This record gives sequence, structure tokens and C-alpha cells, in this order.
Amino acid sequence: MELWYTENHTDNVKFSIRVDKHLRSAESEYQRIDVFESEEFGRILTLDGYLMVTEKDEYIYHEMITHIPMAVNPDIKNVLVIGAGDGGTVRELTRYNHVENIDMVEIDEMVVEICREYLPQTASRLSDPRVHIFYQDGLRFVRGKENEYDLIIVDSTDPFGVGEGLFTKEFYGNCYKALKEDGILVNQHESTFYTSYANSMKRAHSRIKSPFPLALFYQAHFPTYPSGHCLFGFASKKFDPRADLKADWWNSLGIKTRYYNTILHTGCFAIPNNVRDQLRESGEHK
Amino acid sequence: MIFTQSKAPVLEAMEQHLQNRVVPFDVPGHKGGRGTKELTDFLGKSCLKADVNSMKPLDNLCHPVSVIKDAQDLAAEAFGAENAFFIVNGTTGSVQAMIMAACKAGEKIIMPRNVHRSAINALVVNGAVPVYVNPGTNKKLGIPLGMSVENVKKAIEENPDAKAVLINNPTYYGVCSDLRGIVKLAHEHGMLALVDEAHGTHFYFGEDMPVPGMAAGADMAAVSMHKTGGSLTQSSLLLCGKSMNAGYVRQIINLTQTTSGSYLLISSLDIARKNLALNGREIFRKTVQYAEYAREEINKLGGYYAFGKELCDGESFYDFDPTKLSIHTRDIGLAGIEVYDILRDEYNIQIEFGDIGNVLAIISAGDRALEIERLISAFSEIKRLYSKDKAGMFDHEYIDPQVIMPPQSAFYGEKKSVPITESSGYICGEFVMCYPPGIPILAPGEKITDDIISYILYAKEKGCMMTGTQDINIEYINVVI
Repeated sequence: MELWYTENHTDNVKFSIRVDKHLRSAESEYQRIDVFESEEFGRILTLDGYLMVTEKDEYIYHEMITHIPMAVNPDIKNVLVIGAGDGGTVRELTRYNHVENIDMVEIDEMVVEICREYLPQTASRLSDPRVHIFYQDGLRFVRGKENEYDLIIVDSTDPFGVGEGLFTKEFYGNCYKALKEDGILVNQHESTFYTSYANSMKRAHSRIKSPFPLALFYQAHFPTYPSGHCLFGFASKKFDPRADLKADWWNSLGIKTRYYNTILHTGCFAIPNNVRDQLRESGEHK
Repeated sequence: MIFTQSKAPVLEAMEQHLQNRVVPFDVPGHKGGRGTKELTDFLGKSCLKADVNSMKPLDNLCHPVSVIKDAQDLAAEAFGAENAFFIVNGTTGSVQAMIMAACKAGEKIIMPRNVHRSAINALVVNGAVPVYVNPGTNKKLGIPLGMSVENVKKAIEENPDAKAVLINNPTYYGVCSDLRGIVKLAHEHGMLALVDEAHGTHFYFGEDMPVPGMAAGADMAAVSMHKTGGSLTQSSLLLCGKSMNAGYVRQIINLTQTTSGSYLLISSLDIARKNLALNGREIFRKTVQYAEYAREEINKLGGYYAFGKELCDGESFYDFDPTKLSIHTRDIGLAGIEVYDILRDEYNIQIEFGDIGNVLAIISAGDRALEIERLISAFSEIKRLYSKDKAGMFDHEYIDPQVIMPPQSAFYGEKKSVPITESSGYICGEFVMCYPPGIPILAPGEKITDDIISYILYAKEKGCMMTGTQDINIEYINVVI
């Protein structure tokens, strides 16, 4: 018997993983949720058929979306995480003892329930007492906040599904308002390799740039992301993630990571020419 | 045929026709899209295949005797009417047929001045004479409302020879008159009651909605199925009550309606009617829920006023359409049209219209919570980033017109072209309006005043899309000499 999970990365490119078992399939109010067991990647979470997390490579994404901003400002105490129902981002944040509060806003409660059951690797720290989960629309939640957070992490799905509202100018503007005067916004920013993703990346970049004085990109590579190359956005009111890296301080914390380190921190802001060229079209990348 | 609302006679006949694989040697010449690759790729094969001509098995819109007749009968039943006509020339076509069926050249028709241009156009075409009833205005919002029964009564008593009363149900902003009261009054004086329900399709199906025309005993109603009923743009319904001679109404419709009625539009009316009859209650329950939520959240933002039922006063604001999201923007120092432009240019959000002091967003069952959240968040951002002092802003949408001559005489009269800025005191020979909403600022036969000129210039400056004049740039205006 051969059972394969396939994601279309474009109309002409497919990415497949051999599946051992289909552990769960559920239809929530917002999307279809599936969990597979695979030989190569361990457990896999998909939403509406799109791959979200695999046990084998999730650490790359979750480390990069959290440690980059955390290593720039040692005073980050109040964090808002939007999306991230699998819990991986929150897990990384809970490794910092000085973080006092983590608000997590996930629209789909069923994603969290299923991850708690099938993906303890990422979801295990959702029960940390500092974590407060709000099941509502991210856009709505953030609209009501003003000058509250040191860091907002947008760990969303793609800009075509449930997470569509999280790639809009109104959302970034509302985040700006919700952040303190030295606040940082980090988000998943797609990739530029395939045209459809590149266009949404460019749109998102031009939208995020308008409220924030500093908007940069950094990159990571992991196999299950379309084209293998993932960009993150780092938008900030004050800190420059390259100049303001507190490497010695961060290393003194003794947080053991598998991908991130403070040398890579500086390097990941070095963006290949093809990406720089595309970003120039949507504005400039300094 | 078993006569039930779950049937869609036109749809079923078309499906049968397509299954028969009939060889087309008739129009349209694209022959199911085979001859027009680019068009077929864009609109889709099934769309082009459904674009057929009238033929015996598919009936004929001009003289329906089989499937279109059945579909119209089902629509009549669904809307509580005696007869229903499918209209493919837009609700403009329905409104014009309604007015032309009710009065002839020289006869009077009582109407509020904030009618859609299609109503006054009908008067230009057939020569009937308007008697305008001043719609009340809400001072704070600056918008025209409905007609009060008192004002209609006065107009009727002063014009006992009028043939009909035309009522907006609701206005563009969602405001309703006391429809039952006005219909009763008209009938007591031997006049027909005509209802422009371009924005009121959902009144026939939703719960706790303002009363729709047919239920209020009106003689005719023009219902814009394509606006909130789910059919394709340009498809509409004309409903008739018992008092109307259906054969005569059909003749009037055929004076101006195309003889090549589009089956895309006709079938969309049939399918939309079925859907409304079966699911309308649930659809509009959801719509109202979205609209009420958005109203509440937008009012929480401060600065905006998303108005609702709280303004009902038993007179010219008798009732309110809860699906309308009308928002007053002047208090954040922005004209409605400016908010409308910012929403589109900066946030990729297209709303229905913006005028001097208000914007209107159309909410429907096709919306999802996430779009509603985007809209509210964008309003929040616009207030944060763009709001300014409201000093110097125009504070009203409605200027009481002075009608000097009937629209037809003015439109066809001897005219000359003068710059708008120098036109004060003349009688206007054409229309000037912002589109949308398409309610004339000036109609043919009305006196041009300084107040009106400054309104037009202000609306232009703020970026309203102006239409109506022969001069495409709206710098010159034709006046009667």
C-alpha cells in the first residue's frame, strides 16, 4: 500500500510525503484540519490541505520567528502571538524566564485542541501559566489594544485562507498602535521563488513598511516550505536587529537551540540578490 | 409542472436544452463560445454555453407562455404579488415601466425629490409631471429621509388630479417611510401606490424587516434582485398587485425593453428567486447579524456614527433597513467620499458609495467574518491616521429644489451651454448627480441656485464621480433659454 500526502506548491510543482497513518481529520468552522503520521517527517499538521508543521523541521521556523526579536531587546516582557495554534512559537517564548505574559490569539479552537492531542512536541507549553489563549479573530483582538506589547509575532497561515486579514495594511497599522514605543513586529512573509508567493510577499512588504520606520527581511531554510526558502519580516519602531543584537547577553541565557545562534542572527539578514531585486520593486530594502 | 418554490423552470429548461446538444444556427454568433476563445477563457465555458437566444423550449421574455411564465408566476408567489415580470434592463427598466404604466403625458405623479434618476428619466421620456414632496432631513447626518404621511397628504390634497404616488422603500441609506399609511392614503384618493424597492429585495424574505411593497398593498414595486437578492447585475423584477392589468404592463415593458433578453440574466433571476424562497430567511438573518456587529464595533471606535433603528421617529424616519451599514463620517473631518477613496486606494476595500457626509457598505450573506473585521479595522486606522478638524465641511446632502417646468419640456426645450459657475438663476436643462448614489442634485426643469453650485463644486473637489451633463468634464451645463 502506498499512501502519500501531496501539497501543490504551484500549479506545476508538487511536494509529497509518504504517509504511514492518517491520524485525524476534522472540519472546524474555519477550515479542514488533518494530522498524518509519516516515516520521514514524523507527525504532520495540515490546514485546508496546506502543510503547517512537521515534527522534523518545525524547530527551524519556530526558533527563527522568536529568537531573532528576543535577542534584540532583553526587556521584552509582554508578547502577543497571533495564529500559532500548534504552540511551537509559544514553546520557544516560554524558554525565556523574564517574559511575563504571552497572549496568544488563535481563531480556531479546534486547531489547538487537535495539536494538544496529536502534537505535544509543539503544544506542550501552551499550559504554561504565563500563556493566555484567546479564541478570536486576530484583527479584532489587536484593534482594541494600544501601547501594550513589546513584541507581536504573527505566525499565520498563508494570505489566502483564514489568515488573509493578517497580511493587510489595516492589520499592520493596528499592530503598530498595539505596540509600545520600542515595539517589534515579526511575521511570516512567504518566499519569492514562485511567482504567486512572490506577489503576496511584495504586497505584504509594501503594506508593512508604511507604518513602521524600519522594515527588514531575514531568511531561513527548511525542506517543507514551498521552495525551501522562507522569509520573515522584522518591523520595528526603534531597534535595528543587526546593530542592536545583544549577543553576549543572549548567549549567557544558555538557551539551547538547534538552528538559531547569534552568528546566524547577523547573517540571516543578508538577503540574496533575487529577493533584494524583488523587494526594490515594492520599495527599498536598506 | 408541479408548482413549488424548489423548482426553477428556466434553469431546468436550459439544462435540458444544453443536454440535447442542439446545433446552433441562430444567434448569438459566438456559438457557445467556440468562436471567441479569449472571452470563453475569461468568463468560462458554461457561461458562454448558457448565453442562448430565445426559442420555443426556452420561451420568450417579450411574450412569455411557458417556462418564463412559470418562473414569473413562481416569483409572484414568492414575493406575494399578483404578477411578476422579469426585467433585464436593470431596475431602471422596472422603475420606468412602473411609472409609464401608471401615468401618461401631462399627468401628475407625487414623489419625493430624492428618487433615483431612473424615475425622473421616465418623466423625461413620457412627459408626466412630478409633484415633489420634501423628504424630511436629519440635521445631524445631513441626509434626506423618507416622506412623512402628513406631507404626502398635503401633496395629495393640493393635487387631487395626480395619478400615482411613488415611494422609496428604503432610500439608499436604508430609511423607510410609513409605507402602509401612504399606500392607504393614495388608495383613498384613487391614486396608485408605486414602490421603488431597488434596495429592498430582502424585505420580502427576512425577519423583522420593514414592510415590503406588496405586503403593504402597493399596486406596483420595482425590486432590484441583483442588489441584495443574488441575481446577476442588471436583472430585476417588476411586481404588480391585483389592481394592475398585467397585459397592459407587459406592453409598457416591451416599449423599451430589449427583444433579446439575456438568458444569463433570466436564469439568474429564476435561480435567485428559488434560493431566496428556500433560504432567504436564514441568509438575511446572517446578514443582519453581520451588519449589527459592524455597527456596534464601528460606533465603539468613536468619531463615526453608524446609524440604525434608534433614529426612527414615526414620521420621515419611520423604519430602518437593518442590513444597511450607513456611516456618518463628517465628525472625523473627512467627507464620505474621502473615506470611500482611502478605503479603496489604501486598504483594497471597495464600498458601495461615499457622498458628502456618509459612506455606505453593502453587507450580504456572501460576506465572511474576516472581511467584516477588515472593514472595521480599516475604519479604525483611517480615524487614527487621517482624521482632522471638521471646520469648513459641507453639512448637508439635500437641497430643496425649485421646479420651474416639467422635466420633459426642460430636457427637450431650447437650450444653451454655460459654465456651471455662471449658471445661477437659469433653469437647468439636464441632470447633475453624483454616481453613486445617482440621486439628482439638479434635474431638468429646476432652478439653479448659488447653494446648488457650491454643492456641486464641493462634491467635485472632494472627488465624487459626477455624471449627467452633456459636458463630460462637468464644467458646462445646459440651461433652458
